[in-house]
Amino acid sequence: MNMEWETVIGLEIHAQLATRSKIFSGSATAYGAEPNTQANLVDLGYPGVLPVLNREVVRMAVKFGLAVGATVAKRSVFARKNYFYPDLPKGYQISQYELPIVQLGKLEIVLDDGARKTVGITRAHLEEDAGKSLHENFQGYSGIDLNRAGTPLLEIVSEPDMRSAKEAVAYMKRIHTLVRYLEICDGNMQEGSFRCDANVSVRQKGQEKLGTRCEIKNLNSFRFIEKAINHEVARQIDVIEGGGKIRQETRLYDPDKDETRPLRSKEEANDYRYFPDPDLLPVIIEQSFIDQVRATLPELPDQKAARFVEQHGLSPYDAGTLSASREVGDYYEAVVAALGAAHAKLAANWVMGDLSASLNNDGLEISGSRIGAAGLAALLARIVDETISGKIAKEVFEAMWADGQSADAIIEARGLKQITDAGAIEKVIDEVIAANPKQLADYRAGRDKLFGFFVGQVMKVSGGKANPAQVNDLLKKKLQGQGSL
Amino acid sequence: MSLTRDDVLDIARLARLAITPAEMPGLSDSLPKILTFVEQLSAAQTADVEPMAHPLDGQSQRLRSDTVSETDAHERYQQNAARVEASLYLVPKVIE
Repeated sequence: MNMEWETVIGLEIHAQLATRSKIFSGSATAYGAEPNTQANLVDLGYPGVLPVLNREVVRMAVKFGLAVGATVAKRSVFARKNYFYPDLPKGYQISQYELPIVQLGKLEIVLDDGARKTVGITRAHLEEDAGKSLHENFQGYSGIDLNRAGTPLLEIVSEPDMRSAKEAVAYMKRIHTLVRYLEICDGNMQEGSFRCDANVSVRQKGQEKLGTRCEIKNLNSFRFIEKAINHEVARQIDVIEGGGKIRQETRLYDPDKDETRPLRSKEEANDYRYFPDPDLLPVIIEQSFIDQVRATLPELPDQKAARFVEQHGLSPYDAGTLSASREVGDYYEAVVAALGAAHAKLAANWVMGDLSASLNNDGLEISGSRIGAAGLAALLARIVDETISGKIAKEVFEAMWADGQSADAIIEARGLKQITDAGAIEKVIDEVIAANPKQLADYRAGRDKLFGFFVGQVMKVSGGKANPAQVNDLLKKKLQGQGSL
Repeated sequence: MSLTRDDVLDIARLARLAITPAEMPGLSDSLPKILTFVEQLSAAQTADVEPMAHPLDGQSQRLRSDTVSETDAHERYQQNAARVEASLYLVPKVIE
């Protein structure tokens, strides 16, 4: 039996909101502090204390809602999600259930082949993060650090609109870009500021009813999410084709073994018994507050990409790449500003090419680049004014990256100035032709391909400094027997 | 309202209560009675009533400004803890 299967994926993304203090207390949220030094009585769940909601958290959630074209609920309600775990001191997590703050938005994703697809966002709700459990190093005990307890989270829940692991990754990257543009989340996946659970099911192609889903937890990198989903899809198809049934369960992805395994058995299925939190009143949001937040929305990735296409003449692909992160977009724009919009394509190629490769090599973000936008613009200006060729520019770039000197200083010190003096270039050409009589004869007998050989020789002899366009011109004439030999 | 033995055990598990076999008959008898008593509420006509989330519904939650007002006091708080090591609260090993 050979059935065609369709994968159905929905994602729940947890974004830690970039506030200074916690969602319900005045404790700091800074990452990496000594254990339990940022947990106060509210975070520790002591009796007799009350949570008070952080205004900034509300503002950030509204900002997100507006950016994805969602409805911002004028009245939203916090609820208690009840379960026992040592890193949850109160025995419940304050979350939102029936009335979340953000409802029904959507986001367009761009796939590898350039196709566009809209993913529905069911809801985004506010909740508090739990603490951290450390299971190693304590014989028979677990260590509990409650610094993270009460850190504000925006949980962004998508519709089951994605049909492959690649689409899921594209959507997650899009949300990642968006929350950073909005400056509501630092997006640091290693520190757990941005993480994701994936609901995955399969069904036969053409079937309308969704298959039984499994939830995969613990996905904190774009690479893992793709691998985990692909593994889970293969597992589910195996089970069904083998005559079995999928059990709805929570599974954990183990990147070391590249497999998912069940986290809880069905007997212990969770029953969270949500109910409105009596410690917190409903949150009423006035239209004026929403309007104020709307006025602070930055240019969003799609808008920026469209502007790069229109103002700079970039291809949609390049524009998409350069607008994928706000910092990269800013860097590129600074280079263009210094160089002139006429040379935007040159700037784009360098930012996406040599700069991006060097950043990757050294594991740096663009904010930590060894060459600033002004420095790169100064280098590119030397290509534009024909002081150096593009090839020599790569050498200069490498030197700038290594020792931080300016492009002009390196060009000067290494004598890399392009040779544009026709007489000097002709002299080199004459030398090369004289040294290769056989190739000259073959070329004149019709082996046109040898032209490339001569160009290469001339560039080599000139140390790469001869102006390539002039070399082409002069060489052609000389090889055809024009001009003095 | 009747409860099976499994219902009672499930409720006990959710509440993290260890029920001895000797306690079962009593609980199986009294829990349904409590539920039946509360069930009288479902006789109320609520079709046209907007659900409330809070007795003070209609008032809005007060908001605080995003400022850090707390300083580290973990040593004081941890005097209440059963076990502490390296500033971590220690609990019997849990791993899911």
